[in-house]
Amino acid sequence: MQLQISHTTHYRYDKPVDYALQRVHLRPMTMDIQEVGSWNLEIEGGRIEASYRDHYGNHSDLISTDPGVQTLAITATGSVTTRDTSGVVGKVYGRAPLWHFLQSTPLTVAGPKIRALSKIIMQSDDQLSGLHALSAAILEATPYKLGETDTNSTAEDVVGIGSGVCQDHAHVFTAAARAAGIPARYVSGYLMINDQIDQDASHAWAEVHLDELGWVGFDVSNGVAPDDKYVRLAVGRDTRDAAPIKGMRLGDSDETMIVSLQVQQ
Amino acid sequence: MMSDDGIRSTYRSYNEWFSEQDNRRLAKKSAQAEALFKRTGITFNVYGQSDAEERLIPFDLVPRIVSNSEWSKLARGIDQRVRAINAFLHDIYNRQEILRAGVLPVKLIAQNDAFLPQMMDFSPPGGVYTHIVGTDIVRTGEDEFYVLEDNARTPSGVSYMLENRETMLQMFPELFSKIRVQNVGNYPKNLRRSLEASAPASCNGRPTVAILTPGIYNSAYYEHSFLADQMGVELVEGHDLRIVDGHVAMRTTQGYRTIDVLYRRVDDEYLDPLTFNPNSTLGVPGIMDVYRAGNITIANAPGTGVADDKAVYSYIPDIIEFYTGEKAILKNVETYRCSEPDALKYTLSNLSELVVKEVHGSGGYGMLVGPAASKRELADFADKLKAQPENYIAQPTLSLSTVPIFTKKGLAPRHVDLRPFALVSPDGVDITPGGLTRVALKAGSLVVNSSQGGGTKDTWVLED
Repeated sequence: MQLQISHTTHYRYDKPVDYALQRVHLRPMTMDIQEVGSWNLEIEGGRIEASYRDHYGNHSDLISTDPGVQTLAITATGSVTTRDTSGVVGKVYGRAPLWHFLQSTPLTVAGPKIRALSKIIMQSDDQLSGLHALSAAILEATPYKLGETDTNSTAEDVVGIGSGVCQDHAHVFTAAARAAGIPARYVSGYLMINDQIDQDASHAWAEVHLDELGWVGFDVSNGVAPDDKYVRLAVGRDTRDAAPIKGMRLGDSDETMIVSLQVQQ
Repeated sequence: MMSDDGIRSTYRSYNEWFSEQDNRRLAKKSAQAEALFKRTGITFNVYGQSDAEERLIPFDLVPRIVSNSEWSKLARGIDQRVRAINAFLHDIYNRQEILRAGVLPVKLIAQNDAFLPQMMDFSPPGGVYTHIVGTDIVRTGEDEFYVLEDNARTPSGVSYMLENRETMLQMFPELFSKIRVQNVGNYPKNLRRSLEASAPASCNGRPTVAILTPGIYNSAYYEHSFLADQMGVELVEGHDLRIVDGHVAMRTTQGYRTIDVLYRRVDDEYLDPLTFNPNSTLGVPGIMDVYRAGNITIANAPGTGVADDKAVYSYIPDIIEFYTGEKAILKNVETYRCSEPDALKYTLSNLSELVVKEVHGSGGYGMLVGPAASKRELADFADKLKAQPENYIAQPTLSLSTVPIFTKKGLAPRHVDLRPFALVSPDGVDITPGGLTRVALKAGSLVVNSSQGGGTKDTWVLED
């Protein structure tokens, strides 16, 4: 399927900003399940300082604001041809060894609630059906709801709060899979929701590594395996590695952020 | 080699001179040296001693003398070790062949706090990780040396090597015309040349080098400013730097100026708040992005601390063989890894004979010197060991050789170690003939760390 994407992140600062930086993962990479056609990253109010592949192979850009600006707009546009492989990404490996994806991060430490969820995997006949059961159990325990969690909520917090967004679901899933001894990672990207061009935000899901299949995706929030409506942007151990945008600024100005995202065929 | 009168042959000329000296004159010289150090401001901040925020490290005026032939062997051994450590670091952050080959257990890296995932799949400029190394070595007998620690991360103390020599030259110029001692004074020039040679390939013209310090409250601030001054480069702090035109740049009176090589004395955790500890105000946000894009050299490279782990240390002879195909020239101290049940058992039943160190520790903190510990201290340490055995290694106490120090009652023997400084660049390894000799000032003591009350003395490598 060929997907057209236009994704603008617009920052407005209440005072002129002397210096701010954004690290972005806004360039999907070509791999077996997706081929990037044209792709363009455009910056208004700032410039690209560094472009490189990070330690997971993600395309990364460091963006600085121009001195004294009050707005910064980062726009990614392009087209990606995707393939439906029922969530199987396969045996594609970078330099990061599998043991690295067994390690928890501050956002994905397994507490008692995560460990209880991870038992679901071990109670199943095989890992794959166990992981499907886990995915369903997470959505039941933490139905999709905006505004109850924030970007710093840990997987354990999210289960306690009892609801979450895609980022939280991916954290809970990776944390529980790791607790069961299965390498797991966080994926950020885009999802075309049917009959809808404007999307609220970029998406996040999880992947686990199984001996026979390699990496396999699970979209907990939608209860499905990622298919050809999904475009992968970046991977990592949690959102702090793989988020499309991560930034910091000097000074005391406040910022508001507006995201505009269109994904269509 | 000892002659009949019990004096090591390397000390013969010095001893002739010394026997003609008047003790009272030397005592006066010793006080002068202390005053000299105070005036230059060379001090050391001792953590955990609030009453003495900054204090002088005591200086002993009797040089430690090493023969040229002993030095040659040492230098070859350090060169081999340093090359192997750089190959090891590149491998660990890339293909991890040494783990695949089963030479090193995976958990040694996987559970290593100093391992930085952000360094994976990356080669630093020129392939150099450890631009400056300060290998801690002890001598136990004629031509017999053991490496205690490799200090591949941030070795400090080179300012003492330079100041000690400077002081000796000022106080006893006649000694240096009588005895031919190899020069250490070129170290700052060589350091600058070595750092410049490590600049990124993208750098055109003469590279700009700067030293990044955490600031005046850091225990080694004196050394940072001293080295910047001696090298003729800028001393900068995190708030002086930002990302400009794709490079790390420092604020100057003429605007921002690109830095090509940053000799940073800020720990990994604080180096880049966008990548590591977000609360750090000591680092440079975005420096890791510029680094991975190939536009700056960070010395030493982030993540080199993996090699300083004391459990990894115990594998250095295997690491040398794996990457160089050679046997290690310098010996490792026999090391019991308490993570292994047999080693733990042995350590617990021989605690009063052993030195036990924390795997990730440094500077002599958190270690147990069995022979010097009370029953109570031994019992407490045994509890810690049993609770977290993988956190410790144990080593036998070595019968360190002693060298003379000057006391009010004349010369007296004390235990010493030696930290030579090696500079690594794509051009090769350069080892300054000399180093920092640390001396335990209490009779019989084996602890030489300046943070634990040790002193220093000048180190002479003879010309022939």
